[in-house]
Amino acid sequence: MVPASYYVGLSAVLFVIGVLGVLIRRDPLVIFMSIEIMLNAANLALVAFGQRHGSIDGQALVFFVLCVAAAEVAVGLAIIVAIFRLRRRLSVDELSLMRG
Amino acid sequence: MTPGHIAFWILVVMAVGSALGVVLRRNPIHSALFLVAHLATLAALFLKMRAEFLAAAQVIVYAGAIAVLFVFAIMVLIPGKEETGPDALRSQRLLAVPVAGLLLVLLAVMLRSAVFKGDAPTAAVPGGVAAIGRALFTDYLFPFEVTSVLLLVALVGVMALAKRRTA
Repeated sequence: MVPASYYVGLSAVLFVIGVLGVLIRRDPLVIFMSIEIMLNAANLALVAFGQRHGSIDGQALVFFVLCVAAAEVAVGLAIIVAIFRLRRRLSVDELSLMRG
Repeated sequence: MTPGHIAFWILVVMAVGSALGVVLRRNPIHSALFLVAHLATLAALFLKMRAEFLAAAQVIVYAGAIAVLFVFAIMVLIPGKEETGPDALRSQRLLAVPVAGLLLVLLAVMLRSAVFKGDAPTAAVPGGVAAIGRALFTDYLFPFEVTSVLLLVALVGVMALAKRRTA
């Protein structure tokens, strides 16, 4: 049986990779994928902690994270498509204004 | 090294490698495919932790729906040109690597000192799908219902965003 701390360590590594992706990439789609990596790292930690404490609550929380992630991706991608229609370009560095 | 450990380390290599693939590949399509591989690996890790329901949900929701959404968005947007131009913020991007390393060190120190003092034995999680269903429909009934409202709001919001403005 692999101890839960290994899973938590893996989730920390994956989370940092996601942070790195958000920081170094310019394409909003890839930034979104990096955010998904971070969410999944958090899910992994939740399940690992739940397993360690012998509780089902971690898994229930992961279920809600899944739902929120689905909603977030749908809305986020719609926003990206709307921005692309407006600007015909897609780089987060140029989207520094709050007004269109 | 039991077979369980060997499987775990294989999955670790796959998860970290595919996550790095998502972050480092220039072509967004390659990133999306690495993301699918990453999500499938995480589903396998969930299975290994005896979270069968989550493994199935992970494959259906993430590797199915979300990955398809990403690929559709890439097809609509045809990106990939944006990251080839001159980089105005290059110095900040070089700074990102040490910052991420620092974050990793902080997380490691925090997890070591705060969480894993002593070794609590892994108690058995109450079994599988039945237990998580019971939890969702008793203790977490209200959040569960709110989730449905959230999904409905997301649905309507996306329709409003995606509609072409005719005026």
